[in-house]
Amino acid sequence: MSGKPRLTYLNGRGRMEPVRWLLAAHSRLVFSTDGVLMFQQVPLVEIDGMKMVQTRAILSYIAGKYNLYGKDLKERALIDMYVEGITDLMEMILMFPFSPPEAKEKNLDSINDRAINRYFPVFEKVLKQHGQDFLVGNKFSWADVQLIEAILAVEEKIPAVLSGFPQLQAFKIRMSNMPTIKKFLQPGSRRKPPPDERYIETVLKIFKK
Amino acid sequence: MAGKPKLYYFDGRGKMESIRWLLAAAGVEFEEESLETREQYEKLLQGGSLMFQQVPMVEIDGMKMVQTRAILSYVAAKYNLYGKDLKERALIDMYVGGTDDLMGFILMFPFLSAEDKEKQRAVVVQKAISRYFPAYEKVLKDHGQDFLVGNNFSWADVHLLEAILMVEEKKSDVLSGFPQLQAFKARISSIPTIKKFLEPGSQRKPVPDDKYVETVRRVLHMYYDIKAN
Repeated sequence: MSGKPRLTYLNGRGRMEPVRWLLAAHSRLVFSTDGVLMFQQVPLVEIDGMKMVQTRAILSYIAGKYNLYGKDLKERALIDMYVEGITDLMEMILMFPFSPPEAKEKNLDSINDRAINRYFPVFEKVLKQHGQDFLVGNKFSWADVQLIEAILAVEEKIPAVLSGFPQLQAFKIRMSNMPTIKKFLQPGSRRKPPPDERYIETVLKIFKK
Repeated sequence: MAGKPKLYYFDGRGKMESIRWLLAAAGVEFEEESLETREQYEKLLQGGSLMFQQVPMVEIDGMKMVQTRAILSYVAAKYNLYGKDLKERALIDMYVGGTDDLMGFILMFPFLSAEDKEKQRAVVVQKAISRYFPAYEKVLKDHGQDFLVGNNFSWADVHLLEAILMVEEKKSDVLSGFPQLQAFKARISSIPTIKKFLEPGSQRKPVPDDKYVETVRRVLHMYYDIKAN
């Protein structure tokens, strides 16, 4: 049996955070740190004898392996659509710490606008229409993990962002109470804190961008 | 029985082109509705057809699918171009992620100023020859097989050929240091469905021009002031 997945990244959220969330959501896994980087980039996850790069590829593999990817092609299509949309929103948050100070307020407004006018309404509607606990197929999936991560990340910037979204508020509570997620949200878990000055400096130094 | 997939996009490459390639490679006939006016776009929006208010959108198997990657994954899986198991899928996803990033440098190209175009051309070529092409050259050299993954034609092969041709449009001799990729290009181009797609009269779109840029701006009211990445 292969060992634990091994994550190679900087000491911060960045593009690896969704991977940490998804690994944590599957209870039986624990993971260790400390390469052939196919495209000279991180994230890198050593898992099942592979040195995987490309965040989306890594997440898809984990979701597929641990039954968080729906029961058939059509459920997978829905999960993929939802995850891609959420990823677009998360991309704005990913880039935010690296925007110049004079652009930060405008970028924050954009994040708020996209969250409350483009992305959150979609998931509010999905949950309202089927009335189920989870986004797809009445079963916990990668889409749910990605959405709870995104909700919390946006709330860190805009605390009242869910005020117009009762379904999402209930979803947030439900997901946060699932045992594996609950554990990940407690202090001492592998979850990374919001990016700080030190993280930003490190990224800029390593990638010289 | 479901009808042909129907693609909703501008009359040009953009993010829809990879989907055209994949459907064509799979031998799937498809229809297209070209967005020419703002009113068409608003009608789609108001009709609730665009989940995140964006195109590409593809009507397929009773779904109105959005998000390019979701659409491509669905098509790949449906037409057996996604490997035979989870590990092959993982490799395909990794490889496609790379070619997607490479083509991403070309996506905004038509919207750039003339000066920025020249800078971006250099960036594209540099990324191709120092980061992406060497990775795929190595994969092919290491296993010596005709296709990237599992000795079987897959989405990864289609996507890589598309990327190679797009970069060659920016610098025609860009493959000169990559003998494996040269052979790969010749092999994949001669697969019957691909060969047909590469012939005039197919649904492949030409290199985007100013008319395409005008159309996108007119329909989306966006992308007026794009800087090179």
